[in-house]
Amino acid sequence: MTSVPLLEAKGLTKRFGTLLANDAVDLVVQPGEIHALLGENGAGKSTLVKMLYGSLEPTAGEIIWKGKKVHLKDPAEARKLGIGMVFQHFSLFDSMTVVENIALALPKGQKMSDLAKRIEQVSNEYGLPLKANNLVADLSVGERQRIEIVRCLLQDPQLIIMDEPTSVLTPQEAELLFKTLLRLASEGRSILYISHRLEEVQRICDTATILRHGKLVAQCTPSQETASSLASLMVGSSVKSVEREKADLSNAPVRLQLEHLDLPASGPFAIELKDICLSLKGGEVVAIAGVAGNGQSELFDAISGERATLADAVVIDGQKVGNKSITIRRKLGAAFVPEERLSHAVVPSLRLSENVLLTRHGSDVPSMTRKGMFIKRTKTGKVGQRIAENFDIRKGEPDPNAGSLSGGNLQKFVVGREIDRSPTILIVSQPTWGVDAGAAALIRQALIDLARKGTAVLVISQDLDEIFEIADRIAVINKGSLSEAKPVEEMTLERVGLLMGGVHGDAPDDVDLSIPAKATPEDGGSNAA
Amino acid sequence: MEFADALLVSIVTASTPLLLAAIGELVVERSGVLNLGVEGMMIMGAVCAFATSLTTGNPYLGILAGIAGGAVMALLFAFLTLGLVANQYATGLALSLLGLGFSGMIGEHYVGTPGVKLPTLDIPVLSDIPVIGDAIFNQDILFYMTIALVFGVSWFLFKSRTGLILRSVGENHNSAHALGYNVNRVRLYAVLFGGVCSGLSGSYLSLVYTNLWIENMTAGRGWIALALVVFASWLPWRTIAGAYLFGAVLILQFHAQGAGWEVPSQLLSALPYLATIVALVFISRNRTVARVNTPSCLGQSFVPDR
Repeated sequence: MTSVPLLEAKGLTKRFGTLLANDAVDLVVQPGEIHALLGENGAGKSTLVKMLYGSLEPTAGEIIWKGKKVHLKDPAEARKLGIGMVFQHFSLFDSMTVVENIALALPKGQKMSDLAKRIEQVSNEYGLPLKANNLVADLSVGERQRIEIVRCLLQDPQLIIMDEPTSVLTPQEAELLFKTLLRLASEGRSILYISHRLEEVQRICDTATILRHGKLVAQCTPSQETASSLASLMVGSSVKSVEREKADLSNAPVRLQLEHLDLPASGPFAIELKDICLSLKGGEVVAIAGVAGNGQSELFDAISGERATLADAVVIDGQKVGNKSITIRRKLGAAFVPEERLSHAVVPSLRLSENVLLTRHGSDVPSMTRKGMFIKRTKTGKVGQRIAENFDIRKGEPDPNAGSLSGGNLQKFVVGREIDRSPTILIVSQPTWGVDAGAAALIRQALIDLARKGTAVLVISQDLDEIFEIADRIAVINKGSLSEAKPVEEMTLERVGLLMGGVHGDAPDDVDLSIPAKATPEDGGSNAA
Repeated sequence: MEFADALLVSIVTASTPLLLAAIGELVVERSGVLNLGVEGMMIMGAVCAFATSLTTGNPYLGILAGIAGGAVMALLFAFLTLGLVANQYATGLALSLLGLGFSGMIGEHYVGTPGVKLPTLDIPVLSDIPVIGDAIFNQDILFYMTIALVFGVSWFLFKSRTGLILRSVGENHNSAHALGYNVNRVRLYAVLFGGVCSGLSGSYLSLVYTNLWIENMTAGRGWIALALVVFASWLPWRTIAGAYLFGAVLILQFHAQGAGWEVPSQLLSALPYLATIVALVFISRNRTVARVNTPSCLGQSFVPDR
């Protein structure tokens, strides 16, 4: 029996100006399957699904739904057909309640009170409990995702598109999600699952379509491939793995110390930092894991000096600098790489050489300026050039505007600019966010190499694979509190996951760490946490 | 009429135009658009209403003309900020200046001519209630409309589905777009509603409050209305409190001047504005309420990528 595919895309193409985001992509999704859409950041996965969901108009190509050609003029049209989507960056409204958020995505004519009942019923049925009248702003990232999923389910979709659903979840939350997905597939619904995590794709997906640079490169069955064969299909070449020797810290000096660091919340939806203690020695990489929005940016701001604390809460090389400016901290040898590269780390409309000066105007006064008043352009130009060479930055012209670089190249510049200073302390937030695998490997290697030369490196990241790859010690931030930093050998993915969910201190023996891992799809989702 | 009656009537009269303009701007801002052109829209409404009622002798036609005056200005604002994605702040300021100048030109012939007064609609029995009877139940149609508008807007924003969509657009236009709502169309309607309210507010000024046309007669009331929206933390009910507080201080300082207080009259004239600033400071202290209700996309243009 040959069944009609649920969804078929033929030659879908999307062009943004000169950029060809999708180039004649074909895709076939069968009823009841979990279909993975694999690819690196920027491979065009999100563009493809946005076309399938009607929020982008294809430049060329056609979409066939249950054997019939359709034109999706907007997402409402797609929803009417039975296509639902769970967004990567949630499309939720913070200052509204759960029921209001869900009502917005449903056709009109429902009473709010009825809807609230249905939400609680459906969400419990699928093991994704929700309270209909809670304010979204008060919910955790995992709970927000539940809203998206329940919102999607209430439309009784036959195809559910999920854009990187696990990138914001703790390992345990992800496990719960997999159970829900398998249950949905068993009900005959199809799931188009976007991810770049090979391990989970191999575990739960029936088929996979792989994109690279906007083009379709392969269609395969993930369970018959190896992780490395999938990876090379995704990346196009094999990625160099990061090399790491164990650090010898016996005589290493303490470079950075956070002592009972408190920072009040900056607003009603912001996080308060509570009694954070951490000490970093020169030569080691310490990583801070955590689900986004648990105080990472607040912690970065406090260490970098964007927000002042008590003087003795932040100690750099023995100097109390908690109430001192960023420039003073930089002069003591600290360097900072913030998370948002375009809005925070560089001025997009300035040239690379000018951006070099932005973080080094205080520490490199004699070499880069004349008497601190005039810029030595040849010197800053040379430094820019040196960074570009050392970090393999691909650029069109010798000294382009920072905004014209691609995300990966710009990130290499931002990290390279600070490493080029040979800092004694380096604080990096999300070092490889949205960066392709090649650039990510280069940046991670550079961070390790820098540490082994005697620098104390603090990495704040949400990417657990990255953390386990580069860190000597791992701490977890949750609701503004930081767990004790433990050597990487003593940490497991599960344990970090538990800490991310809020079990502090040593995981006691009576906490059965294997609960989420053992759970099988057959249990259904009724006993959710 | 006793003194208390008269005082109340004058306070209501002073507050109504502020309330009208503020409730309109509140809806505009809830959709994520900051319209700094309220002052210009009000004065265009004032001059159109005055001129039309004088020529036709019918104040109700004047009101319609006032609405049209405000709406045309709002359409211009919407075309520039939503259609051409011009900066909302600059466009609003420009429209305020344009309205003041243009209305002066239209109204040149009417300076000093007494206008047609909007009749009051006496509600039997209720208007005989002592003290408040005259102030609340012996008013013109615009006053009753204003009160109905506050009820209506409050219900619309928080109980109706369309209101929910409007708030979602102001809260997070990217999400609203992703869900399939036409952000700029929702904003167009909101801006038009704001223009209509500003036009009504202007009509009230020239047909009821002064019953004369004077150049620049809005005298900064559009700006006060903008401040009232913040004062109200974007909640319709609170605009009533804000408008009547301001109106009360305005009227009381007139009486203080009349009673010959030993305070410079300039200082007394500044009192309503000072009171507004003080109230704003106190309101802003409760950041939680303000943050929850502040439309997150206020003042940001939206360009869909398709």
